[in-house]
Amino acid sequence: MGTMKDSKRKSGRTPFIILTVNDQRYELEVGQGEDTLQVSDTLAYTLRETLGLTGTKISCDNGACGCCTVLINGKAKVSCMTLTVECDGKEIRTIEGLRDPKTGSLDPLQQAFIDYTAFQCGYCTPGIIMSAKALLNENPQPTEDEVKEALSGNFCRCISHYQVVKAVIAASEKMR
Amino acid sequence: MADTYRYIGKALPRKDAVDIVTGATKFLDDNKQIKFPDLLHAKVLRSPHPHAVIKRIDCGKARRLKGVKAVLTWEDVPDWKGGTPRVLRILDRKVRYVGDAVALVAATSEEIAKEALRLIDVEYEILPAVFDVDDALKPNAPQLHDDLPGNIATPGSGILGPKGLTQVVMGDVKKGFEEADVITEGTFGYEKTPNPIPPEPPGVVALWEDPNKATFWVANQSPYLDKIALYHNFGRKIDVRIHGGPCGGSYGSRTMSWQMQTYALLLSKATGRPVKLILTKEEHLATFTLRLGSRMRAKVGMKKDGTVTAISGTWLVGTGYYSFSTQFMVGVGAGEAQLMVRCPNWDLKPIIVCTNRNASGPVRGFGGQELKCALIPLLCLAMEKAAVDPLEFFKKNFARPGDGYFWRDGIWYTYRGAEYWRAMEKGAERFGWREKWKGWLKPSSVNGTKRRGVGVGIHGNADVGEDASEAYVHLRPDGTVLVNSNLTEHGTGQWSNLHKMVAEVLQLSLDRVTVTPSDTLFNPYEFGPSGSRGTYAIGSALIAAAEDAKKKLFEIVAPALRAEPDELDTVDGMIFARSNPERKVPWRAMGFDRTVTGIGRFEPDYSMSNCMTTFVEAEVDTETGKVDLVRVVNATDVGQIVDPQGLEGQLNGCLGSAGLDSALFEETILDRSTGRMLNANMIDYKWRTFSELPPIDNVVLETPFPTHRFGAIGVGEVATAPGPIAVLIAVSNAIGTWVHEYPLTPDKILRALGKVPPVRQGGIV
Repeated sequence: MGTMKDSKRKSGRTPFIILTVNDQRYELEVGQGEDTLQVSDTLAYTLRETLGLTGTKISCDNGACGCCTVLINGKAKVSCMTLTVECDGKEIRTIEGLRDPKTGSLDPLQQAFIDYTAFQCGYCTPGIIMSAKALLNENPQPTEDEVKEALSGNFCRCISHYQVVKAVIAASEKMR
Repeated sequence: MADTYRYIGKALPRKDAVDIVTGATKFLDDNKQIKFPDLLHAKVLRSPHPHAVIKRIDCGKARRLKGVKAVLTWEDVPDWKGGTPRVLRILDRKVRYVGDAVALVAATSEEIAKEALRLIDVEYEILPAVFDVDDALKPNAPQLHDDLPGNIATPGSGILGPKGLTQVVMGDVKKGFEEADVITEGTFGYEKTPNPIPPEPPGVVALWEDPNKATFWVANQSPYLDKIALYHNFGRKIDVRIHGGPCGGSYGSRTMSWQMQTYALLLSKATGRPVKLILTKEEHLATFTLRLGSRMRAKVGMKKDGTVTAISGTWLVGTGYYSFSTQFMVGVGAGEAQLMVRCPNWDLKPIIVCTNRNASGPVRGFGGQELKCALIPLLCLAMEKAAVDPLEFFKKNFARPGDGYFWRDGIWYTYRGAEYWRAMEKGAERFGWREKWKGWLKPSSVNGTKRRGVGVGIHGNADVGEDASEAYVHLRPDGTVLVNSNLTEHGTGQWSNLHKMVAEVLQLSLDRVTVTPSDTLFNPYEFGPSGSRGTYAIGSALIAAAEDAKKKLFEIVAPALRAEPDELDTVDGMIFARSNPERKVPWRAMGFDRTVTGIGRFEPDYSMSNCMTTFVEAEVDTETGKVDLVRVVNATDVGQIVDPQGLEGQLNGCLGSAGLDSALFEETILDRSTGRMLNANMIDYKWRTFSELPPIDNVVLETPFPTHRFGAIGVGEVATAPGPIAVLIAVSNAIGTWVHEYPLTPDKILRALGKVPPVRQGGIV
């Protein structure tokens, strides 16, 4: 996927969109060619296949399991049900963008997931962490029930739910 | 002993933890190394009919579509077969369930491959289909396979050995029934074939290289078994190499996946290019393996003190359209029945039955869960008649040292495992069983329309020491260790724990130990982490290799320390005589030009078992029929905890992966008029969410198990199995009448309460 050439952009003939993903700006040309963004491309596909950000996982690809959750303008969204062209001008944050950009240290949520081993196979973990991140952005001190409610769209088959709830509460306490 | 360990039993971060929480873990479709520039994408055309013969198939239009590189049908593929017995052709002229593979397409993009499927024109001759196991055994039933007359899959399997357990027959059941105080009989089933649905979609990348080299990248639980199965399926002429990797959930279901792997390989062979095949969620639910169906028509005799005098009957095991591993699961399940019930007289005959639905395959609980969900209800009726408390029954009847049983290989073993009645008792105390148990079909409490009841289930598996594992441990002069093991992580944390075990034996810091990637090219044999065997079997192979390496290191270094090898010890890469720890040399005293290699092999040992007891309190809303779990307590003895947080996760796993919740809401719904699965998506297939978590307590005893280096025994696999029957008992007690049909959805509860009329049998079920 080529980023836009200045000349083309100025001519205004080629449609393009601008995404900010993990603080990095991407200009994506929209078209029918192999190297352009298709209007039918989902955000999950663009993140994984175009931008190489494979931390976002696809499981059901149908909005039912929450594995592909990312933040769009700070809100948790399932990226498999979001078209990339709808994200023009929006700020996207994925699991790869949770570390502190300056120090590289892990987000307190990520650290809490490690401390509580809040995962087993780990496939659903990025989506769960992003849903939890959106919750803590809005509600820095959630109750246990609020954590459960916020994560109710995230499928976890190993049953790491109990350790996840502990980890999210612990992270929220640390972030106070 | 426990407090002397550096790593064993300590809550340490999993070795792969940072990668998992940062999204850096490379599951199959994340792996950049297999994003080959010439990679093709595969799709499978699937049958819309449950049973049909392909009269004509025209792929011309599909082949001409730009971007399509190959289209294969049954006419184009070699006569490769799989299954148990090996009778299922990789693509056949006949299709046997809705979803069966008709044609394979490889194209330059997934969209083009999908488009090509629409262009394939197939003419079917539709055959009558059969969906019920009893119907399939009738003389005039539609026949699925020429090689399996009567729709019965041949009992036994090569992997079980020449005497493989195909039934439990011993003693004299006639005499046993004469000695009984109570006799019950009936037919019970566990037949809604729940699906474990691991979150990562089943997938594979395959590459064929002439003249006979097949390389696969997989995300499976047992990559070495893939190699062996494919080698045999391909006529033992092809050199198979498997790259394993992190497996995003399996629960047994992704132990191996020979069919999709073979599809991708055949397309690679046809195109000369690497081919990727990843199932959609609908394909995963509707065409990938499910639990076994289980229906038991049986009779049991019991004495008033809970002694079982006789068990006889027929166990119909529904395997779907072919048997992938069902004989194996029948052998294990039949063994597990004997571990649970000490009974001298048995005549239990399994029959593995084929019907026109997608295939069953391995899932946690592996035969035993399915068997017990059908057998224990019958035992409960006898306990009810004899007024025996089920907890006392399980305590009395679960195997104790000196008892014996036929295991899956048909060999009689004398049990030398732990005594689990203590764990059952501790669990009962924590749960408050004695206060809550009021007798059969009696609620523990009633509050208006809400009625509560308690139940208990049990499961133990002598596969903790099953099958072989091998490992090499290489000690290097720089004080680092490389371990060759083909184990790949599938969620239990075992990969991380193997590092702990090796570091513990060699007294090294954990970062000095590296385990090789899973690759059958250079790793020795590894059966894989099934049947809770990771700790005892795999762990023992690595421990043996580490001990062997240490011994060899000491032999080399002893002269420099003027000591005998057996007087030496090593800590943190230094070697010293125990009598004189001040005088020490580093590992590099072995010489800079050397690697010291220890070899470890674990030989199967079926003389011990793990055991899980699950207590459940359920609340039934008699107005709506909804069942909620009030509390769950799991109780077990693991000898020695290796990884406390990993263990907690595995035990909490009792709810998911087609476990306890298969008694509450998990089921696949097959439309018997069309053969179609009606809920092959993640909205209509019900699964437990974060907002409905019952409190779970895990009671874990640590009675050291003498023959493991750290006294430990594995328990993860069995966590799902005791739950469903515990729920069935709890709900029956709550509402005061027996409910026997899993899952206990509100319609069935209200029917049992007489609040809605019974359904007419037949038609759409």
